[in-house]
Amino acid sequence: MRINFLNHRDPETLRKSILRAFASLWSSRLLIWSAPFLFLLLFFFRPLSKILMLAFNTTALTRANFQLILSTLSFTFYQASLSAILTFILGIPSAILFARFNFFGKPLLRALTAVPFMLPTVVVASSFNALLGTRGWFSFLFPLSASQTSTPIFHFLLILLAHVFYNTTIVIRIVGNALSRLDPKLEGAARSLGADSLRVWRHITLPLLRPSLFAAALLVFMFDFTSFGVILLLGGSNFSTLEVEIYLRVLKLPNLPLAALLSIIQLLFTLIFSILYTRIINQVATQTAPRFSTSRPPKPIREKIFVASFIILLSSFFFLPLVSLPLRSVTRLEADRGQRGEVQYGLTTDYYQELFINRRGSLFYVPPMQAAFNSLAYAGLTVLFSLGLGYPAAYALAKPTRLEKFLDPIIMLPLGASAVMLGLGFILSFGRALALPWFVPIAHTLVALPFVIRTLQPALASIPERLRQAAATLGASPFRVWQTVDFPILSRATLSAATFAFTVSLGEFGATLLLTRPEYPTIPIAIQRFLSQPGGLNYGQAMAMATLLMLLTTLAILVIEKLRLSDSGEF
Amino acid sequence: MKPSFYLLLITLLLASCAPMPTPAEPQTITILTHDSFAIGEDVIKAFEADNNAKVVFLQSGDAGAVLNQAILTKDAPLADILFGVDNTFLSRALDADIFEAYQSPALTDVSAEYILDDTYRALPVDYGDVCINYDKNYFAENNLTIPQSFEDLVKPEYKDLLVVENPAISSPGLAFLLATHAHFGDGYLAYWQSLKENGVVVADGWESAYYTNFSASSGQGPQPMVVSYASSPAAEVFFASEPLTEAPTASITASDMCFRQIEFVGILKNTPHQALAQNFVDFMLSQKFQEDMPLNMFVYPINKNANLPDVFLKYAQVPEKPAALSYAEIATNRDAWLEAWTEAMK
Repeated sequence: MRINFLNHRDPETLRKSILRAFASLWSSRLLIWSAPFLFLLLFFFRPLSKILMLAFNTTALTRANFQLILSTLSFTFYQASLSAILTFILGIPSAILFARFNFFGKPLLRALTAVPFMLPTVVVASSFNALLGTRGWFSFLFPLSASQTSTPIFHFLLILLAHVFYNTTIVIRIVGNALSRLDPKLEGAARSLGADSLRVWRHITLPLLRPSLFAAALLVFMFDFTSFGVILLLGGSNFSTLEVEIYLRVLKLPNLPLAALLSIIQLLFTLIFSILYTRIINQVATQTAPRFSTSRPPKPIREKIFVASFIILLSSFFFLPLVSLPLRSVTRLEADRGQRGEVQYGLTTDYYQELFINRRGSLFYVPPMQAAFNSLAYAGLTVLFSLGLGYPAAYALAKPTRLEKFLDPIIMLPLGASAVMLGLGFILSFGRALALPWFVPIAHTLVALPFVIRTLQPALASIPERLRQAAATLGASPFRVWQTVDFPILSRATLSAATFAFTVSLGEFGATLLLTRPEYPTIPIAIQRFLSQPGGLNYGQAMAMATLLMLLTTLAILVIEKLRLSDSGEF
Repeated sequence: MKPSFYLLLITLLLASCAPMPTPAEPQTITILTHDSFAIGEDVIKAFEADNNAKVVFLQSGDAGAVLNQAILTKDAPLADILFGVDNTFLSRALDADIFEAYQSPALTDVSAEYILDDTYRALPVDYGDVCINYDKNYFAENNLTIPQSFEDLVKPEYKDLLVVENPAISSPGLAFLLATHAHFGDGYLAYWQSLKENGVVVADGWESAYYTNFSASSGQGPQPMVVSYASSPAAEVFFASEPLTEAPTASITASDMCFRQIEFVGILKNTPHQALAQNFVDFMLSQKFQEDMPLNMFVYPINKNANLPDVFLKYAQVPEKPAALSYAEIATNRDAWLEAWTEAMK
């Protein structure tokens, strides 16, 4: 549009058309923003400010509290930075692996890397235990005594490991997706001018990847920064992040003013990271070639070694702990327990059959199919909501005016809000209406939205305006422009975003926000129910349910990736 | 993007905030409770049929989280009844004055020692004992004697064998901490120091302690002793993968080593369904409800006339002398004890 202004000769007409363009720009911007902004206002800012206003008062501003805040904050920073760095060390080569090379089982392996993201922390811990615990097979290789495994440093290492395990998928998806969108001609041109691989990386690939690298870094860091379950579960009693401390101060050692202060600090830091990100990224436009698939089989021996070693590394890191779940779900484990003579190991489908039996006639019995259906329905709605809200927001953010420069960092705030505090805010704001099943996908959307926007935004920004103009000049309708220009470039990013929203919902992030109604149980709730009582049957059923969740999500991701291939046509 | 889609979306979002429509009849009664609450379907169906009512359960986290929410929403309660406040939280609920007094006639079947609140705002419903469970097989194989006191636990032969829950996070963890306080008084911190030197493992909650750390659970962890419930061995038999004639675990029920948790129910102030709520409280104390509870929640009925299921009679142990600590004392000191414990165990 702006180019057109230059064609006007008469300064008065020019001024008028600029004004008109800006007026329509503003009103269209407001329209674009209305839905996402209303959503955030209603379901984020209002509940949060309600609880903060109620809870915060100046009695929290004491010296002792500041010391607590300072030490918690520095640990939070420290572990988040280390975790993020380690995640990148594993994530970047993996992203290259998936973006550049074709190999057998690639879709499955990529789907597997996303599975930890949505499994309940207790289940992940127990699968790690099967592998690394004192009775796991890993202990034959590296025997560790109980006193070694109870030291703080061991717990700290476990926390880092778990963060890498959970978040590598973010790097793989965001960076890998950008990498496969890069125009291979650019690298080809550099090479033909005599640049070696290192120079190509430094001067061509890396600068072009910058937006997605920063987007991934921000999300990974934020997830580690607000880490909760992992720290509680694996940290012993030694470590607490801001999020953990807020939870403790709301529920366990009640001190609401302190909790409110901690929440404000966590939000403030989220905002700072987000502003920094916006500054750094500063809209680097990336050239893309959506119609070329840049992945190919590895050719030189160097590449073959790289591909083979990373396949082995990734599959042992992601596959082995995860495979222990399905194994457990079909293995009878009573054998060496109790004082009974006969030892019989064996395969069994008991746990799966038992899932379908309501043995105690309980009102709270969860039929597995219904749980799966509820989980999928919630996840589907979350995808719908978060894409519907995220698309216009990302669209506006990709071509920022002053309004967007202001709104951009605010988009990330839901990731930095403590779930317990927001939960209390929800209860204050919505009261009895919270029991409506609608609130589940809404809460999930709140968490998924920052992901969706940050995934779509770099892709949208990368579309050169001149492509759209060219199409329009050739007589294409706005929809046709969108269909032929935007959509092919966006399809990858959209599917990545959809996958994120889907997994966020299946993993029940933000579930603590809500009052659950036993009529609408989901798979994670069913797992939790089984694990809350002793007994081999309960444990077996929990593993069976976790296996179902795993299968369901792996399948869903594979289907989503299949869609991508068929939709974008000429691959 | 199509504006009509947004209109639809906005309407849907706004519609979802509208208050729930209440059908003219039957009356709906809502019970706010913790995530581990469970009860039989036909028991609730029977109440619904007798009272022309619909019973709705809201579950929202653990007992502490639920109580918090009830206190915050005192003026516009989320539910008519709150079930699941235990004796470690009781005074917080009473101080916040969220309950309406109701002296249920069914209390005549409850032994007086459980009626802690003499203003009848919180009525006892069930109880359970938090005790150390041990892996029978491990102790037999290693020819170890079962520790019979807190003092035994710090002996070298039990080094690295016990996993407890973090009392600042988990309710059985807190119960165990309270038992040590009842026994040692202010010396409890020194005791925990020696437990720490003897390799006690602190897990965050019951689930990870039992299923990841405890050696006799299906998780097959490293520690053969875990802080759990006296009813857990019965649950191990009831939920065994294949029929068991003997429990793989047992509880240490020596005097002072267990802590008794009592769970209470109360009618929330400002409820519009007071009469129905009173009926439901009576019903919770009735034999029908009380006899259904043990297998659903693995707790003991408070009603003296309620019969226990066989698996409880055979495999659950009842400590003769659980640790004694008044709820008022717990109320005044729990936060300070927890802070001190957290500091000492760092």
